Amino acid sequence: MNEPSMNRRRLLLGSAGLLGAGIAGRLFAAPSSGARLLLVFLRGGYDSTNFLIPYSSSFYYEARPTIAIAKPDPASNTSALALDADWALAPAVRESIGSMYMQRQAAFVPFTGTEDLSRSHFETQDSIELGQPMTGPRNFRSGFLGRLSATLTGPARDNSSIAFTEALPLAFEGAATVPNLSLKNVGKPPFDERQARILSDMYLGHHLAPAVSNGLELRHEVAQEMAEEMSAANRNAINTKGFELEAERMARLMRDKYRIGFIDIGGWDTHVGEGGAQGALASNLSSLGRGLQVFSSSLGAEWNHTVVVVLSEFGRTFRENGNRGTDHGHGTVYWVLGGSISGGTIVGEQRRLVQGALFQDRDYPVLNDYRSVLGGLFRSLWSLSPEQSSRIFAQTSLLDLKLV
Amino acid sequence: MGPERSGIIWRCLAISLIVGGCATRGEDSRVATAPLRAMRRDDTLWLERASFGLDSASVESYRELGRERFLERQLHPGEAALPAPIAAEIAALEISHADPAKWLADVNAQYKLINAMPDGADKEQARKAINDRGTRLAYEAVRRDLLRAVYSPAQLQEQMVWFWLNHFSVFQYKANLRWLVGDYEERAIRPHVFGHFKDLVMASLQHPAMLQYLDNNQNAAGHINENYARELLELHTLGVGGGYSQHDVQELARVLTGVGVNAGDAPKLKPEMQRLYVRSGAFEFNPARHDFGAKTLLGHPVTGQGFGEVEYAVGLIVSQPACARFVSRQLALYFVADDPPPALVERMAQTFMHTDGDIAAVLHEMFMSREFAAALGGKFKDPTRYVVSAIRFAYDGRPISNTRPMLNWLNGLGEAPYGRQTPDGYPLTELGWASSGQMSRRFEIARAIGAGNAGLFDPEEGAAAGAAGFPQLSNRLYFEAVEPFLAAHTKEALNRANTQQEWNTFLLSSPEFSYE
Repeated sequence: MNEPSMNRRRLLLGSAGLLGAGIAGRLFAAPSSGARLLLVFLRGGYDSTNFLIPYSSSFYYEARPTIAIAKPDPASNTSALALDADWALAPAVRESIGSMYMQRQAAFVPFTGTEDLSRSHFETQDSIELGQPMTGPRNFRSGFLGRLSATLTGPARDNSSIAFTEALPLAFEGAATVPNLSLKNVGKPPFDERQARILSDMYLGHHLAPAVSNGLELRHEVAQEMAEEMSAANRNAINTKGFELEAERMARLMRDKYRIGFIDIGGWDTHVGEGGAQGALASNLSSLGRGLQVFSSSLGAEWNHTVVVVLSEFGRTFRENGNRGTDHGHGTVYWVLGGSISGGTIVGEQRRLVQGALFQDRDYPVLNDYRSVLGGLFRSLWSLSPEQSSRIFAQTSLLDLKLV
Repeated sequence: MGPERSGIIWRCLAISLIVGGCATRGEDSRVATAPLRAMRRDDTLWLERASFGLDSASVESYRELGRERFLERQLHPGEAALPAPIAAEIAALEISHADPAKWLADVNAQYKLINAMPDGADKEQARKAINDRGTRLAYEAVRRDLLRAVYSPAQLQEQMVWFWLNHFSVFQYKANLRWLVGDYEERAIRPHVFGHFKDLVMASLQHPAMLQYLDNNQNAAGHINENYARELLELHTLGVGGGYSQHDVQELARVLTGVGVNAGDAPKLKPEMQRLYVRSGAFEFNPARHDFGAKTLLGHPVTGQGFGEVEYAVGLIVSQPACARFVSRQLALYFVADDPPPALVERMAQTFMHTDGDIAAVLHEMFMSREFAAALGGKFKDPTRYVVSAIRFAYDGRPISNTRPMLNWLNGLGEAPYGRQTPDGYPLTELGWASSGQMSRRFEIARAIGAGNAGLFDPEEGAAAGAAGFPQLSNRLYFEAVEPFLAAHTKEALNRANTQQEWNTFLLSSPEFSYE
């Protein structure tokens, strides 16, 4: 473990020297001690009801005649994994998220979501990422992670947040320019120091100047990191791919440099042929679970200072539709993972799932406002003052779920 | 040859081009004799907006016709002629001779056969063969789009094809859409880009690509699937906050029951149902799957009558002022500004309402407005505009043979044709495309285009020819229409280039090349 990190430090020094002080250096500073956060946004509205299964509810089995997941049964690996007397976990994540839960490194918050009732993916994703009160005008230049970053590091610059996405998500909009880079395909850096400087200089005084210099710099930095990955992979014969590979790269970057990370994953809009213990949703969940497991193990000791929150814009209809799928719903299940959280529990306000318990007779109600849940987590993670918390989520009473 | 030396040579070349000596390809003699007035900054910016970027032909046409007549011709392009080699390339594509309904039937039959095969190598091979064919057909559609975008003299038409494909977005990797996307563009979108908005909605509604993409082929009485109904209201016509409710979504979903896809034989129906059956290619309205109950949409009663309900409902929806405003604003977002002036959007919406949604009339209002002129220079090119404009500028009408590099760049920038998974289409504003990661990727593409030929002249199939060479961006077009308007920082960067390739890269990376 020591040797690669020595190499890395040398590489970083080298790259800072290469690019010079003008545009380099700012991103390289490791975050000050303290918690790390990775936010995983499942775009499309994942079917939380077939992830965290309310197996004590006979209504669940009536409402989902073809896609329900069988009650926990130790003899069957396509049955759900019991977490307590009411809830069980999808078998697709038994080995990954299930084992984290058993180690008290995972917790779930059902009946969570937003009061946004548009049931539109795009509208609801936007409103969650902005994290602003539903009443009053919207500011599309202010996302809740942007405000969190600014609160933690000051508004002028942000050297410790990153989005692992092709485009910068709305959640990171704000005063500072947060870098973004998808880790799916990363090649060699295309420009040398002189060229990078000329390109940056061309944008001096332009409003894109920070994006331009950060982009060139991050590109260089990540290329260096990947050079290390290549040699590590060759030595250890690690052969990961897809989301697991991305997760490993995210862990590498976050371990060294970033305090707040964001990634989004699509493909959760299961209107048709959703499947049950196996099928479309199960394979998505399985890949996600394995990736997050790789993320936690690749962080090493830093996993103990890291929290992962998995969320989605809404849940899906409690009843399956005519096409063995589910339609856009309302409340959903948020996940909280971390090496030293008080996990192994299902928290927040809950309701017994019987006829009549559903919102508009179709969806999970929202009993835990997402802003209260996230705001409460952030407060505990970074010991924020009430004033700081209200900068991130205005007009919100925070919920203390006692997970961190 | 060292960099300094080559630098001296190309600078000489650039200077001699200004004074009109050192003619390349024998065209520079025209500089001296051209009687037309010079392009002003607002002319080049306006032309960039109304096209996929400058090339000599579009500049010449603009100078000859003037702004308004140029616009008129663009809005009524007739059968705009592509350059012969490009037309020949397109004619040679399999999708140019296709009957997609027959394809769909074949594909369904083949999948059925494959699924019935025992597991093993043969099955895998058969599956791979059919997949490869789908991939190739979808790529042909992309190739045709890109060739037309670069070379068609009807530039505004091509931009509008992109705009409406994005507005009525479909994703090639859903179901068997790869067999259909080319036909979707050609028959559902392209004929209506300057026509009446209602015709566009109806054409997309009756295309198997849209119906499969948004699951309406699964929507039947008693088995409601409201996916398409919701997006039809939210994304295609009224917009979020356009005055409809969840109840309207559910009622529209009922109206749309039975609207679906059938590539096989017509269903056996009772005579009274047979009368109401509608079929065109693989599009089908099957009355046996339709909910004939009474409905209420946007406060209006809809009586059960079959497909007539759908036509009535669409007419009702597109006649809402909210639809005129939503569509006008989307157009203004793409063509005018990220925060389009409300007064302009309102005038466009009024035009929309007075003309029964005549898109050409709405565009005319927009392109000739004061607000449009005032917004010039401030619109960030989305990746498609960026890549296409770079190729138009770099090769100025010279036909490329391979469009795969362009597709790779669009993939890298996150805006692949038919590649948006979600139905909201790609973002129309700078916010979606100018993050740090995308700027650095854009510069990499600038370098790929500026410093080599990037494989654009390799054959589409077979081994790469690996031809050497790079474009000459300091050309006549540059000195006429670009150089006079460059900012000091950009000129400085260009002066610091050591080679022509680097100079090209910096020019294509400049703010001036990313904004129009």
